[in-house]
Formats: sequence, C-alpha cells, structure tokens
Amino acid sequence: MKKILPLILFLAGLNQAYSQNPLQVRGNFSIEAQYYQEDSAIAAVVPDEQIALQGFGNIILTKGKFETGVRFETYLPAFVGYPAGAPWEGTGIGYRYAKYNGDKLEITVGNFYEQFGSGLVLRTWEDRGLGVDYALDGIRVVARPIDGVTIKGLYGKQRFNFDDGFQNGDGIVRGADVEFNLNQLLDSVINFKGQWTIGGSFVSKYEQNRDPVYDFPENVGSGSVRLKYQRGGFQIGGEYAYISTNPSSLNSNIVDIPDSLDPSVGIFQYGQGLQMNTNYSKKGFGIGLTASSMSNMALQSQRNSGPFDSWINYLPPTSVLQTTLLAQFYPYATQPNGEVSFRGDLFYNIPKKSLLGGRYGTKLEVSYTHIQEPDFPVVDDFEANRKGIEPTLFSWGDDTYYEDFNAKITRRVSKKFKASLMYMYIQYDNDVVLGAYDYNNNPTKGVVFADLIAFEGSWKIKKGHNLRFELQALFTEQHLQDWFAVVAEYTVSPHWFLSVVNQYNYGNADGDQFNFPVVSSGYINGSNRISVTYGRQRAGVFCVGGVCRVVPASNGLTISLTSSF
Amino acid sequence: MKYNLLLALSFALLISSVSAQDVKKTIPSATVKSLDGKSFNTSDFNNDGKPMIINFWATWCAPCKKELNNIAEVYEDWVDETGVKLIAISIDDARSQTRVLPYINGSSWDYEVYIDENQDFKRSMGVNNVPHTFLVDGSGNIVYQHNNYAPGDEDELFEKIIGLLN
Repeated sequence: MKKILPLILFLAGLNQAYSQNPLQVRGNFSIEAQYYQEDSAIAAVVPDEQIALQGFGNIILTKGKFETGVRFETYLPAFVGYPAGAPWEGTGIGYRYAKYNGDKLEITVGNFYEQFGSGLVLRTWEDRGLGVDYALDGIRVVARPIDGVTIKGLYGKQRFNFDDGFQNGDGIVRGADVEFNLNQLLDSVINFKGQWTIGGSFVSKYEQNRDPVYDFPENVGSGSVRLKYQRGGFQIGGEYAYISTNPSSLNSNIVDIPDSLDPSVGIFQYGQGLQMNTNYSKKGFGIGLTASSMSNMALQSQRNSGPFDSWINYLPPTSVLQTTLLAQFYPYATQPNGEVSFRGDLFYNIPKKSLLGGRYGTKLEVSYTHIQEPDFPVVDDFEANRKGIEPTLFSWGDDTYYEDFNAKITRRVSKKFKASLMYMYIQYDNDVVLGAYDYNNNPTKGVVFADLIAFEGSWKIKKGHNLRFELQALFTEQHLQDWFAVVAEYTVSPHWFLSVVNQYNYGNADGDQFNFPVVSSGYINGSNRISVTYGRQRAGVFCVGGVCRVVPASNGLTISLTSSF
Repeated sequence: MKYNLLLALSFALLISSVSAQDVKKTIPSATVKSLDGKSFNTSDFNNDGKPMIINFWATWCAPCKKELNNIAEVYEDWVDETGVKLIAISIDDARSQTRVLPYINGSSWDYEVYIDENQDFKRSMGVNNVPHTFLVDGSGNIVYQHNNYAPGDEDELFEKIIGLLN
C-alpha cells in the first residue's frame, strides 16, 4: 500500500494544477471463481479451500500528458495450476506506475512492460490468462528526438512472485534500444523505393553469484541487431541476437566438471539466435516463409528461477498457435538450448463466382512447420574429460522435435450458412517438448503422430440468432489415442450465448473411455461479460518459451465476470 | 490500515471529481506500429470528423477473424453510407506477427491495420480479451464498446454508427 500512496497524492496534485485538461478514468476488471468437485477417474485436483477465487482490476487515470495506473490483484487462492511459475497468493497491488507522455519524451516510473525489436533480447510482458507477468519495476525513458528515431533506455528489477503484493527478484536488468526508420529520417535526402527500418539493442543483467561451486558470471550482456524492409506487399526482415556466457538449467552449456578440476574454469558458452522472415501478399493472396535458429538463448534475471519465471527475453515458437480444441493437445515450446525451425504459410482467397470459389468466394489457409534438433558439436579442446557444446545456428541434427501440416478451407455456402473444414498432421517428440500427459499426469514417452480433422458450420437461423457447431476427430496410436469432440454454440446477438461441448476419448489404451462434457452460458452487455461454466475439464497444456506445463484436470462450476470501462 | 483508508479516500475523491464533470473518454496515447514499421501515436487516430471503429484482434483468434471477415463483406456499403473507417489493431506478438500482412491481404480486407506488439495500447484501452470493438465519434470520443463476437453483432454496431450521424 505504501508503494501506491505517493502516486495518488501526486495525481491529486496534478488534478489541481492542470484543471483545464479533464481527468479520464479507464480500466478493466476480471473476477473468476471456481467450485471444485471430486472426480478421481480423471485425477481431478481439489484444493483445500474447495473454492478458488482470483481477479484483478486495472485503473488508469490520464490527465493531459500525465498518466498513472494501478492493478489490484487477488488470489484467494489462485486456480489449480495457476500461475505458471512462482506462486501468486493473497491480495494487494500487482503493478503501479506513473508516466509522462511528452511529444518527444516519455518517462515511466514504477512498473512497465517493454519490448526491444522482436523480443529476442528483451520482452517483458504479461498474460493474465496464462498466469505470467514479467513486468519490470524501475525507470524507463523513451525519446523520439526527430522523426524516424526512437531511443529507449530502461533500468529495473523484475516481478518474481506475488504475496499480498508483487515481489521483485534479485537481478537487475538494464537495457537500451535504438531504432531508425530510414524513410522518415532521410526523407529530404534520399528517396527510397520501400520502407527501411533498422535497430539495435543492448541488454545486461546483474545478479550476485551465490553458488558455492561454480564461478557464474554476475554480469551477463546481450545484444541484437535487426532489419526490416517493405515495399508494397513484399516484406523481409530479421534479427540476430548474442548473449554472453550465461549458464543455467535451460541452456545446454552447464557441463558437469569432475571435482578434481577447478570448477571456476567451467566450460560456459555464449548463446546466439537468428530469426528471419519474408512474405509477399496482394489482394486475395499471401505467402510467407520463416526460419529461426536458437542456441543457449535462455535469459532470465535470476539464474535459479523456475522455467516460467524471470524471463527477460522472449523466444516465440515457430509453429502456428492452434485454437481448435483437440489441436491444443500438442503445443510446441521453443527449446532455448537449441533448435532449427522453418515455417511456410499460404493464404488464398479463391475469387467469387469462379469455378472453385463458388458464389461467395472460398478461403484457403495452409501452413507447414518443421522443427529440428540442431547438431551439437562437442568442444573438447580444453582437456580430455571436460567437454562443452559449441552453439551453432542452422546445423541439422538427427531428431525431429516437431512437425505439423495444416490446411483449412472456409466457404460461405449460402447467405445463411458458412462452413470450414480443417485437416492437421502433427509429429511431436514428447521426450523433448514434454507437453503430452496421461490421466495420472505422467508424460507420454516417445514421439506422438496424430491426424486431426475438424468441421465447423455456422448457420444464421434468423436475425441475431446463430448456431455454430464443430465436429472434431483426432487419431493417434500414441498418448491417449483417439478422440472425438462436439461443440455446439447458440448465440443471440448482442447479449446471450449458450454452448455445449463434449470431448470423448473413445480409443484410450487403458480400456477406459472418458467423456469431458462442459456446459457454458453467458450474458454480454457492451464491455461487460458474465459467464457460468459447469463440467469436466481435461488436463490442459500450455507452453511459455521453452517449457510446457500441464494444468490438472478438474470438475466443477466456474463463474467469470469481466468488464472494461 | 491507515494507508488503506487514505488510498480509498483518494480514489473516491478522484473518481467523484471525474464523474461530476461527465467527461467523455478519448483515445489514449500509446505507440503502435504500422505494417511498414513506422511508429504511430494512437491519440493521432482520426477520420476527418467521421466515426471510427477500433477493433482489437489477433491472427490466432477465431471469433476475431470471423467478426472482421463478416464486416469485410459489408464494409464497402458502410463506408459509402457513413464514411466510417475501421482501424484493426493486431495484438499478435513476435510469434504470429509475420502472418498479419499475408493474412490481411489474403483475406482482401480494406482496413487500416496496426500492430500493438507488446499490448501497450490494449492495456491503456482497458481491454480484457479479444475481440473488443470500440466506436469513436467524429470528435474523437469513445461512445460505445463491445467485447466478444457473435454473428449479428455487426448489425448493432452499424445501428450505433448510423445513430452517430443523426
């Protein structure tokens, strides 16, 4: 509470000082409560409290160029399996800041989220749904001295956990970034045929080394350079990042060193990563190619943090995020210690009134992702019994970590009916990605090969009334074997919805067949939404950076309320 | 305890002073990027005195794409009749951002599109989840907002736009 009071008083003062600019208040709320029931068949978890309640409220006040905001958070207790990393418990302030938004200068004190380039060396972000919050707490300055130049500088500690208020970790994060839009900058000098953006970042962290054995580096530096070019529908861009030696459990560069040798000379290696993308599109057609490779790229502000905590950088998976119910079984997580990945995307709008397009046109979306283990060359030029890994980019190893192909075709059949059909093939090395679990929450061994077919229809019954339904089937010999899912959702615009979902695991190897029925209904009014959900939730998996986590199965009643104002 | 009380009091004071004036909300200042990489301040969004729709979406959000695709089918008529402009704010991060431009062109959308890569604009607009749609009148005041999408919601939105013109 002490943390926020000065801000409030500061703002109250401003309110007096600048009364010609009206004060604006905005924000949003979210409250969710779940009542848990016993359900031993699916190993449903019931917390001691039996009911969990979590929520937050953001309040942002702006007055002219000044802005201040605060987020109250409540976890009494948090939902089972929430948040992703270190515990969030109790009730208090999770975030607060004050900001001056000048034309050329922006200064923030308190908590902030920031991203340099694509985030390879710095991205502090939040996702309240997943339960991740990497906010920095300190000072940030953003300067835009002339058109086309953006300079950022920041200094701060990072949120680690929540215990009646947010708590920062030990590490200190420092960074600077500069970006030039050459067209804006050199407008009067050169007439470029296309848009050029170049940028570079430097980020370092300091953390005292308390390890009794290893002589870990206390200061770790990282840097990146990036380039983007666009002309019409053509884009090409990329970013290269380098991280100085930063041994951690997620990086491959901790090597066991025999006691007889001096550990302070440990074999620590640097990290590097490269991401490239190019795409071309015109009306009705789009194509894209992405290539990425990582090696020792985990950068956390506390060395001994868990796999979901204290991330300074962001390593996005190359695969496409799938939202089809059964496709969410096998999400990919970037392997920070090393991977080589490629993706191709195609979007095509088959024109209206053509042979294939039909009367209203037909949309086609295709994507292919391949992610491979890199070759890990062994460095042994120190001494015979001490070996390390040479961080390489785009070297091809033996194991395929992940592969998927998916194609979706969407067509409006008539004024009242729209349908889509999707096919997906997935190859998923669960020994590496660790995202597939059985009903006892044990990870599945080996590689999972799966095929998925999903049909979706949307039928406009009358004005404002719509029925959407999905039929999905997932076939695999591994993991939990075959599934069938049905979704039916009836909406009455703009206020009501009712949905019924069942996921049926009919092909389970253990001989048991499981149904996961869920009924959900809600009311929406403008920016307010209330929903009630009852049923059995299968264990879900989500992945951040390099790790996947299973959210245990549950059975019960959930009430959720969200509002923006 | 003392702090709690002070805190509650200060907020009550501030909020009462706001509601007393019945202040209309305008678009807050945040930096988003155009698809060609230029930084753009959201408080500079304008449509020459005509209404604007600001829609938050992402390439991975099925209802968002449904909404924008359904509006796309009638967008030409909307623009002709009302002069409205739709600004689509993609909250795609580095993972899916490179799919934004091919997806938009592949879908033949005519919207003005920006990327809110670390969700600064989303946060300052108080958006919980996507899709979330705001309607801004010709003077820059936010007059209506809607969360979620169900087919038919676009009809209500259009009625609100028409309402602004009368």
